[in-house]
Amino acid sequence: MSAVIEEHHDDHHDHKPTGIGRWLFSTNHKDIGTMYLWFSFTMLFIGGALALVIRAELFQPGLQFVEPEFFNQMTTLHGLIMVFGVIMPAFVGLANWMVPMMIGAPDMALPRMNNWSFWLLPGAFGLLIASLIMSMMGMGSAPNFGWTFYAPLSTTYGPESTDFFIFSVHMMGISSIMGAINIIATIMNMRAPGMTYMKMPIFVWTWFITAYLLIAVMPVLATAVTMMLTDRNFGTSFFDAAGGGDPVLFQHVFWFFGHPEVYIMILPAFGIISQVVPTFARKKIFGYSSMVYATSSIAFLSFIVWAHHMFTTGMPVATELFFMYATMLIAVPTGVKVFNWVSTMWKGSMTFETPMLFAIGFIFMFSIGGFTGLMLSIVPADFQYHDTYFVVAHFHYVLVTGALYAIYSAVYFWLPKWTGNMYDEKLGKLHFWVSTISVNVLFFPMHFVGLAGMPRRIPDYNMQFAEFNQMATIGAFVFGFSQLILLWNVVKTIRGRSTVKATDQVWEGAEGLEWTIPSPAPFHSFTTPPTVK
Amino acid sequence: MRAAIRVAGFISLMLSSGQSLAEYQLDMSPGVTSFSQGAYAIHTLVMWISVVIAIVVFGAMTYAIIKHRKSKGHEAASFDDNLKLEILWTIVPFIILGFMAVPATKVLLDMEDVSNSDMSIKVTAYQWKWHYDYLGEDISFFSNITTPDSLSVATSGNVEMDENYLLDVDNRVVVPVNKKIRLLFTSNDVIHAWWIPAFGVKKDAIPGFINESWFKTDKPGVYRGQCAELCGTNHGFMPIVVEVKSEEDYAAWVGIQKAAAAEAAASAEKTWTMDELMAHGEKVYATNCAACHQASGEGIPNVFPSLKGTPIVTGDIAKHIEVIVKGVPGTAMQAFGGQLNDADIAALVTYERNAWGNNTGDVTQPSDIKAAR
Repeated sequence: MSAVIEEHHDDHHDHKPTGIGRWLFSTNHKDIGTMYLWFSFTMLFIGGALALVIRAELFQPGLQFVEPEFFNQMTTLHGLIMVFGVIMPAFVGLANWMVPMMIGAPDMALPRMNNWSFWLLPGAFGLLIASLIMSMMGMGSAPNFGWTFYAPLSTTYGPESTDFFIFSVHMMGISSIMGAINIIATIMNMRAPGMTYMKMPIFVWTWFITAYLLIAVMPVLATAVTMMLTDRNFGTSFFDAAGGGDPVLFQHVFWFFGHPEVYIMILPAFGIISQVVPTFARKKIFGYSSMVYATSSIAFLSFIVWAHHMFTTGMPVATELFFMYATMLIAVPTGVKVFNWVSTMWKGSMTFETPMLFAIGFIFMFSIGGFTGLMLSIVPADFQYHDTYFVVAHFHYVLVTGALYAIYSAVYFWLPKWTGNMYDEKLGKLHFWVSTISVNVLFFPMHFVGLAGMPRRIPDYNMQFAEFNQMATIGAFVFGFSQLILLWNVVKTIRGRSTVKATDQVWEGAEGLEWTIPSPAPFHSFTTPPTVK
Repeated sequence: MRAAIRVAGFISLMLSSGQSLAEYQLDMSPGVTSFSQGAYAIHTLVMWISVVIAIVVFGAMTYAIIKHRKSKGHEAASFDDNLKLEILWTIVPFIILGFMAVPATKVLLDMEDVSNSDMSIKVTAYQWKWHYDYLGEDISFFSNITTPDSLSVATSGNVEMDENYLLDVDNRVVVPVNKKIRLLFTSNDVIHAWWIPAFGVKKDAIPGFINESWFKTDKPGVYRGQCAELCGTNHGFMPIVVEVKSEEDYAAWVGIQKAAAAEAAASAEKTWTMDELMAHGEKVYATNCAACHQASGEGIPNVFPSLKGTPIVTGDIAKHIEVIVKGVPGTAMQAFGGQLNDADIAALVTYERNAWGNNTGDVTQPSDIKAAR
């Protein structure tokens, strides 16, 4: 019986299911990847709209648009949506699309689980955003304790919607863990003959390591929110000092998840840059094996630096010193990566199509975020930076001009392979330049107000911070709306009416298995495995 | 690079406004204590090292971008590793990090040494104010922001914004110059953080924990800071003001504080008129209650209950007093019994029962509160 079905299936090799069922019941890595990417893109605009509410309120001193209570809901949901709803799903979407194609596999190893890990996400974010909609309708408050949800602000003092938030985080966590298991299973079992680990593309390597980080820390996050749940509803006192609990324990548990999480959001970005730079420099990646070792060292170090987020909580001085030294060490492997990218460009034969522009933008601006990260590791100075706009500037350089820029680079890089059409290069360059100028107008002044003493997460501020906040708000609106250029470009490319057909190779300097199959990539990538020499 | 940034910053500022440049601060302030200056020095060192590294790396990259491009006919070289170079750029950063770690460790060890202090002040954080207790001195007081009107969009426009907008309090912390002041931090509710940039002190105030820090300065003056850890709705409105005075001025201040305490004790014994209670009650309400229940008494729907015509304040007086004294467990309503004296609570109860058209006509005296406690 099964033999008959398989034969039948072979006859209609590229037959796709149709209608909504194609998406709801999809087990195809490309369709699921597409859904992840569109989900992420949608969340980018929602999270971005919340950021614009924040920036509008901060345009000048005084309260003009939103009450402090609502402001706190904005900062909280902006953070949660951008971290869990934009950056992470976008990377999973890219992994879904690209990992099977890059290792010569027909699909992901666990296609049904793949379907479930995606479809948990709309539920999780539906729940989270429902709390915001209810808040706007005057029914209680949405989560208002910051994306770091420190106890007891989020437990004893949390709004009723905190339980929505807890359930939502649980679903995101399950989704991430299943996604990670799938990626590991795919990479371990489905590589084409001859593709040894040390021949895998760097993007596959970085995702392989990231998947292990996810499996290691998402359960820790689940633990934190479960303890919150029982503290709030079942009379435990994990984080309640009045019941003998420990509010600082929360921060240790949270950041034991939170710091590796930071690398979960940047390692795949390193992978993307390591694919894009060699392609447009027409030169092999410099120091392939040192790239792999540096990624592994960063992953290892990520587990022993978490308390650098907590220097002001009053740790013993020896603990502070340990976490300071360990944190400073991260500069070494991160530096190696930057040096390797520059060496890859060195004496290349470079062209500057949009993916390369975003990759170069990434290297410049991620490095700025790296330098401020090094400054933040120095405990005495951290006491002055901690919880100010300096930190806000730091992590937005790393996450927006870092992670998000890498995602943009990847989208432009692989969009022709996905759709079979070249995107509009002029629009792509316009998107890059408008974004890059405005994002610096947005985030660079935050360094100054932070150093001058403006705390983060405040809805109103002293006059001395007014000018730089005004600049930042102008930058924010330009940056926010310039992302519509990308949306337009993507839609135009998919429709393909006024675009050039992409070749299979797409880019002159492109190397790797994904460029050996037709553009657009067929529904099932490699039904017979290619051989890698 | 930093100079270039400064210049760029100045130019953009001059374009955006004609105000004097002295008002804008682009860098961390060196401050007035040994470790704020230590932190500033190490901040400056690390920043300049970063700038130098950035110039080298970005310079190489920019050179490659300009010279090694296909449009100039540059052919790609074929090298893809260089062991010596790779070892070099792994080892050199270690050495540079060492140069940063040594001074950082020194400053940190100085900061964490709280021994041999001259006096101690216990700082307790509340949503959203600070309480200061001079240990062994019998002086303690709350310190509240003085611009409560800025707490909502509707009233924000009425507030005069001077240079200390949002950075002024009713009761300043006053300390003597040239003395090592030890600070003990804890919290009554959520986690807050006490921060004065000029001292380089930022420490979390955590419920159930006592954290320590210290400062000592030879420069009298007024130093301002803000809460630095998100602590709920009015996180942005709990400033900190420390006034460093000469030895004599400090002694005079201590005298005034003690006299005021004696006066407050006496006022709890007397019988107040309705007008006195209403006038004092309005002040107590504005400082302690308006942040949540609003100056109009209407609260924030579904977050903070309204006191206008609601049974909370028009019903049973004993219940009303109990809510204020003991709070409502599991909600944001704190126990004010420890924060307010009998006269304050009596005035407050009277005010709440007669303001905003409640007009119950009830009058509560300090002696009633004393009995009810």
